[in-house]
Amino acid sequence: MQTFDLGEKGLRAMHEELHAQTQSTNETAWEIVNPKGSHAIAVGLDAPIEVTVRGSTGYYCGGMNKQATINIDGSAGPGTGENMMSGKIIIEGDASQYLGATAHGGLIVVKGNAASRCGISMKGVDIVVHGNVGHMSAFMGQSGNLVVCGDAGEALGDSCYEARFFVRGEVKSLGADCEKKEMRAEHIALLKGLLEEAGCDAKPEEFTRYGSARQLYNFDIDNAGAY
Amino acid sequence: MTDQKPPHTTPRQSATFSPDVNSDIRRAAATGIYDIRGGGAKRRVPNFDDLLFMGASISRYPLEGYREKCETSVTIGGLHASNPIELDIPITIAGMSFGSLSGPAKEALGRGASMAGTSTTTGDGGMTQEERGHSTKLVYQYLPSRYGMNPDDLRRADAIEVVVGQGAKPGGGGMLLGQKISDRVAEMRNLPKGIDQRSACRHPDWTGPDDLEIKILELREITGWKVPIYVKVAGARPYYDVTLAIKAGADAIVLDGMQGGTAATQDVFIEHVGQPTLAIIRPAVQALQDLGMHRKVQLILSGGIRSGADVAKAMALGADAVSIGTAALIAIGDNDPKWEAEYNKLGTTAGAYDDWHEGQDPAGITTQDPELMARFDPIEGGRRLRNYLKVMTLEAQTIARACGKNHLHNLEPEDLVALTMEAAAMAQVPLSGTDWYPGKPGTGF
Amino acid sequence: MCGIVGLFLKDKSLEPKLGEMLTEMLITMTDRGPDSAGIAVYGADHDGRAKLTIQSATPETSYAGLEVELSGRIGAEVSLRVKDTHAVIDLPEDKMLEARTALKEMRPETRVMSAGEVIEIYKEVGLPGDVAERFDIPQLTGSHGIGHTRMATESAVTTLGAHPFSTGADQCLVHNGSLSNHNSLRRTLAREGVMTETENDTEVAAAYLTWKMQNGHSLGEALEAGIDDLDGFYTFVVGTKDGFGVVRDPIACKPAVMAETDQYVAFGSEYRALVSLPGIEDARVWEPEPATVYFWKH
Repeated sequence: MQTFDLGEKGLRAMHEELHAQTQSTNETAWEIVNPKGSHAIAVGLDAPIEVTVRGSTGYYCGGMNKQATINIDGSAGPGTGENMMSGKIIIEGDASQYLGATAHGGLIVVKGNAASRCGISMKGVDIVVHGNVGHMSAFMGQSGNLVVCGDAGEALGDSCYEARFFVRGEVKSLGADCEKKEMRAEHIALLKGLLEEAGCDAKPEEFTRYGSARQLYNFDIDNAGAY
Repeated sequence: MTDQKPPHTTPRQSATFSPDVNSDIRRAAATGIYDIRGGGAKRRVPNFDDLLFMGASISRYPLEGYREKCETSVTIGGLHASNPIELDIPITIAGMSFGSLSGPAKEALGRGASMAGTSTTTGDGGMTQEERGHSTKLVYQYLPSRYGMNPDDLRRADAIEVVVGQGAKPGGGGMLLGQKISDRVAEMRNLPKGIDQRSACRHPDWTGPDDLEIKILELREITGWKVPIYVKVAGARPYYDVTLAIKAGADAIVLDGMQGGTAATQDVFIEHVGQPTLAIIRPAVQALQDLGMHRKVQLILSGGIRSGADVAKAMALGADAVSIGTAALIAIGDNDPKWEAEYNKLGTTAGAYDDWHEGQDPAGITTQDPELMARFDPIEGGRRLRNYLKVMTLEAQTIARACGKNHLHNLEPEDLVALTMEAAAMAQVPLSGTDWYPGKPGTGF
Repeated sequence: MCGIVGLFLKDKSLEPKLGEMLTEMLITMTDRGPDSAGIAVYGADHDGRAKLTIQSATPETSYAGLEVELSGRIGAEVSLRVKDTHAVIDLPEDKMLEARTALKEMRPETRVMSAGEVIEIYKEVGLPGDVAERFDIPQLTGSHGIGHTRMATESAVTTLGAHPFSTGADQCLVHNGSLSNHNSLRRTLAREGVMTETENDTEVAAAYLTWKMQNGHSLGEALEAGIDDLDGFYTFVVGTKDGFGVVRDPIACKPAVMAETDQYVAFGSEYRALVSLPGIEDARVWEPEPATVYFWKH
């Protein structure tokens, strides 16, 4: 395990080390101490390494991640895992707004709650939140899966495309063009896999699926009020 | 005698309800949707044609054309980036998306720009191999939609342009109708084929300058502080927007006036929101000067730049470089009268064709239709763009030499006069034949 | 566009450390607001006495002999503490109006930062750390306080443009965001006789709340009304003599984090601002909902 003191050595030195890791690196386990809510921790990684941040992070931790597994042993700030391509981010505490914004792939797990706009414009990422998500979650979600074991706030899935949402608890309200969908066997199987990978013991059968009603896909004057 | 009709006036059209206005009303009534089109503002607004250079005579001495050197190079983004962009000419190619343009059209832009020693820019839809491969200097746009946004491409870019706004639609998002969402475009944007694509107007993970500062930090850390970070803003409130972009840490500002084009937006947006290019440059330069950043943070002006005269005038007013979009498309063959018969079939005429979003471009540039695309030769297109860029540069040099300058960036506002009161006020240069412009400090007007 | 911090103490034993805690929180928000900084602190209540905090660009001349002059003018004992460009005048509560009128005449160059029984507001142009040092903020004690770091958007970088804005006796407001209808609202308020001094959008919001409260609204009701009448993006944190409130606009995308323990309620634009607070690891941490008024009272 390589330990890096962020408070002492700073962000630039941390990224110089982490970005130097390649596909065949032997230094696969990293620990970042003293993060103190700093922004842009462990961004742009592209190697099969595991980074554990001991404490809470600021904006954009794990932004644009590829391959790496990032554990946040605390709470995560706005835009964590934004535009992630692959790999994994596991947040022990809560996540702030914009979690996984525009992320294309990989898995993000939140053990606590996620705030507003969780999965905004998601483009293929899977997000599993053990607790609740805030308002406008998955706004304009394009693809991927958002799993919420608790409740969802207002306007879930507003103007979404083909992303899927699974919510176990209450949904305060659905956004424009988002509707309740049938849970078929393939969805149960998909959800089972995601819950397992996210270390969540909820039962897939307890969830309701939501997705696009596809009424806003091509402009229709009768839907003008929904735009 | 009795069958003679009483005299009556000739038929008179209303200035308020003109034939154009009436056709807009009928179109709205028939379709129930606002008019969407490409391009920039078509209305006449005060512009660079309303300015003139005074030239040199006895009090100033000109340089000999073609023999005494007039430099044109510019370095962009040296403030924070270890690898700033070095351009031979101060005319860059503006961001235009693959999706709105065909792959070969993007290739032609890359070829032409590279041959002329300047940069080209991606757009809302990601970076294509054609474009990266044929552009020696490629600026990667970072847009609200993040369509096709990929860290590998980010690391392959020579600069990053964080797009906050566009002159054609300050405060608006994009639109790409279903006809243009081909398989390839759909795949790059993670969208179902054939749907109307709506682009967001705000970035999904930040709002305002305090957040932007953190976003810029993230982009710099990912790219190792190597490449410059531009911030592109529409000509909305240029003094404040430029001030805040600098405070947020930008290396360069791209400022786009209302004549700047778009692939597709509501006509009402294009014609009624934003300010003319001529009006936004002085407040932007003032902001740079107030922060001591003029010529340190570069200002790239765009929106209706057409000729070397426009380039020279923009630079005299304080820009470090300009950017062209619509002009580059015309150079490579957009709206060419040789396709007149086909424009007529689409109910329009060469020069007026602006339904780029419909994907039926006879010139094969703003389309994803394989048959139409095949009409366009990227090598010839590239050559035409190179020629045009060279001519613009020669024209700008001609003017600069006539004003006694050995570098384009030595042109000054004091080299200019204005032909109209409006232009004098906006450019803050004297009305021709006077030493006065409206709003000149100490004149009481 | 800014950083906000706020601290409302439930545990009296922390009161001597309020200034120190707030200063530490404020400094973490320097990047969000390098132009100016300000802080409002609610101190101890002394029966029948009130405090008037004023600012002057020329403190040497403005404050010279002011204590004696003002005492004579209002016929009551006043004491004056000068802190850099600010001065806190301690005076009988019932002489406040008289004192403010007198000051306008005697020292027209001074500006009132705050007035009330317990509030003191300090704000100046500069980095938050420097501003806190100039006013000796870490030494301040009290039950609650609000701090602000400013990155000016459209109005000037001046002392008057700095936050917090006073909204009436013992009230103050700070803001992160950008309002889009403050010019019309400023004119409406002017017709109602509520005057503002700057082009700042936040000052209009503060004046609006003052006006609502003058017309019989509680602070909570005024904030609720603001959700309808104020357009644009905002996170507001407000202070009153014994309370502390938070509200975000209905879109709610300017950042806001709250934490609550048995000892305090804390607000930060970012979690970073809260990391040094005692027991933060076990605090309940959440982000306030859009268009929802949160309020705590002693």
